Amino acid sequence: MSITSGIPSPLKLRPRGDGRAEQRSSADLPAKMTARGVKVFYCAKQALKGIDLDIHENRVLALIGPSGCGKSTFLRCLNRMNDTVEGCRVEGRIALDGEDVYGKAVDAVQLRARVGMVFQKPNPFPKSIYDNIAYGPRIHGLASGRDELDEVVQTSLKRAGLWGEVKDRLREPGTSLSGGQQQRLCIARAIAVSPEVILMDEPCSALDPIATAHIEELIDELRANYTIVIVTHNMQQAARVSQRTAFFHLGEMVECDDTEEIFTNPRDERTQGYITGRYG
Amino acid sequence: MQLTLLALILALLTVIGFMTGRSRAAASVGGRVAELHSVPSYHGVYVALWAGLPALLLFVAWTAAEGWLAMQLVLSSLPERLTTGDGQSVALLKADILNLARGIATGREPDPLVQDAARRYAGLRDLADWSLLAVGASLAVAGLAWGRHRIGPDLRARPAVERVVRVALIVCSMVAILTTVGIVLSLLFEALRFFTVVSPLDFLFGTHWSPQMAMRADQVGSSGSFGAIPLFAGTLLITVIAMLVAVPVGLMAAIYMSEYAGRGVRTWLKPALEILAGIPTVVYGFFAALTMAPFVRSVGEALGLDVSSESALAAGIVMGVMIIPFVSSLSDDVINAVPQSLRDGSYGLGATRSETIKQVVLPAALPGIVAAVMLAVSRAIGETMIVTMASGLTANMTANPLQAVTTVTTQIATLLVGDQEFDSPKTLSAFGLGLVLFLVTLCLNMVALRVVRTYREKYD
Repeated sequence: MSITSGIPSPLKLRPRGDGRAEQRSSADLPAKMTARGVKVFYCAKQALKGIDLDIHENRVLALIGPSGCGKSTFLRCLNRMNDTVEGCRVEGRIALDGEDVYGKAVDAVQLRARVGMVFQKPNPFPKSIYDNIAYGPRIHGLASGRDELDEVVQTSLKRAGLWGEVKDRLREPGTSLSGGQQQRLCIARAIAVSPEVILMDEPCSALDPIATAHIEELIDELRANYTIVIVTHNMQQAARVSQRTAFFHLGEMVECDDTEEIFTNPRDERTQGYITGRYG
Repeated sequence: MQLTLLALILALLTVIGFMTGRSRAAASVGGRVAELHSVPSYHGVYVALWAGLPALLLFVAWTAAEGWLAMQLVLSSLPERLTTGDGQSVALLKADILNLARGIATGREPDPLVQDAARRYAGLRDLADWSLLAVGASLAVAGLAWGRHRIGPDLRARPAVERVVRVALIVCSMVAILTTVGIVLSLLFEALRFFTVVSPLDFLFGTHWSPQMAMRADQVGSSGSFGAIPLFAGTLLITVIAMLVAVPVGLMAAIYMSEYAGRGVRTWLKPALEILAGIPTVVYGFFAALTMAPFVRSVGEALGLDVSSESALAAGIVMGVMIIPFVSSLSDDVINAVPQSLRDGSYGLGATRSETIKQVVLPAALPGIVAAVMLAVSRAIGETMIVTMASGLTANMTANPLQAVTTVTTQIATLLVGDQEFDSPKTLSAFGLGLVLFLVTLCLNMVALRVVRTYREKYD
């Protein structure tokens, strides 16, 4: 399957963020993805009411807000996962590297290879650990030959911090792992197709605190190579892992700023109410 | 007559019991129903059960024992020369007594002793029925009185009623199980009779099936040969053809319905497919014999092949069509049970819909699909009518689908149609075949259910 038509290959070398960039405010960085006036309707019901948001390269953006505020909906617009939902309609413009992802030339399937996703509940395929990781590279033809595939699997598992735990049991089913390991397996699976952006939809909500700590460390490490957007209900988690935070409320984005600003000096009253635990 | 009367009395007493129980319970607390342990209707049922149940149990036990007991009494009073002898003559004597007692002519001049015995037997039965009526009715009245006497604010009527209901439920489930056991046993005993005449080895591994037995010693060419291999082979051939039609078509239909079709299409497509399952197999048989078989034959002739007018292919194809809804409906359910999160995971990696189906959904649903196919196979093996009508009765041993073959079920049907003597191996062989068939489908169903169960444990 060709993945080069219309959009750059995910295998192409990309500029990586360097350490010094972190000193500046993230707002100055180039935007990897931009959303302008994004509205989403589920049949007649409007779920998002015009979202403008920039997602900066090699940064972690946290989306917070009370349940039903539209943060997961927004996340699923970024890689067009909402296409699979019957009756869902998206308006506005979302661009990846300046190109409209809802444009005619863009194939949702190819887009999702560049914008990977990790879900709330770990969902390993009913295959071996090895085949779970190799699934993406195989369907996209990213590895030619056995050795190269082994290499991809090993690299992905190492990046996801799972290699040490599973290297002797690659043939066992992915479902035999613990919940936290399964979620890291899912992250490794997403990394294996070399995406540019990784979307995480409450990746730790089904995990215990130790597994959560593992994943959070992992997110921080992954930031060097990937752009990450994470939806979370856990304010401490947003504060720990993200550089920028956007607060959603009732289908609107109330404010988006550097994480430190949001948590120490929120401009909007609703944001302050939410992060201090008055509602949500 | 007496028994009808008793049934009426019991019904009446039960209704009375319910009414009095209910009103007495309410009266016992002066109308403040909340003070009762159980609501008044439970008290009503409680009294009704006391009135009806013991008498009913007595009725069942009495009627079961009465005839036998009366017969033993009559037989013991007869002289020994009549009651001794082999089993058959005693059975004949009993039949004579029963028939004479009911006033049915036995067809020969009866022994005065036997006539006398029959009169006494009828008298005993009459007496027993009247006493049953008396005892039963008084038991019911006594039960009613006892139940009514027990009623009070503290009577735990609900737990008592619920215990009885639970026993009733257990009895009902036992009826289904015991019926199955009964069928299996009758099959087993007749089959054993068959196997005393024909060796099981000859039956299971013989290659010549020709069940005609000589009626007279000088009859030609009817020695009877019971090698069932041609039947098994025929069954296998037709089942394989049917599965080759049903599995691909059914599975593809299921995939379309669950993965591609929109909700609108799905709501009419699935019931429409299931209509196929509602067509009687005899109608499929018409279709196979009158449409499909000639069609297969003419196509075969056009290709220069030698096709018999009744072919395994025609029967197998129609049987496959019959089974399509079975496979598609079960597989559709199984595919729908694969969690959406697995599909999302695959789409999230940039997999296309067909890659997702082939590499994620189908492997996840495979155990269930295998179970669906196995249930379909046991359905195909058990199917009789289509084969009888479209594939004939010739026990050919062939793997050529263009020839006529016959199956186990078809042979069973033919062996037992019409007047049969139930001591000839020809007729008994049907039970041998039935036993084999039963064991095979039982094994298939058990494996299928086991597979389905392990599958369920995985995702629910």
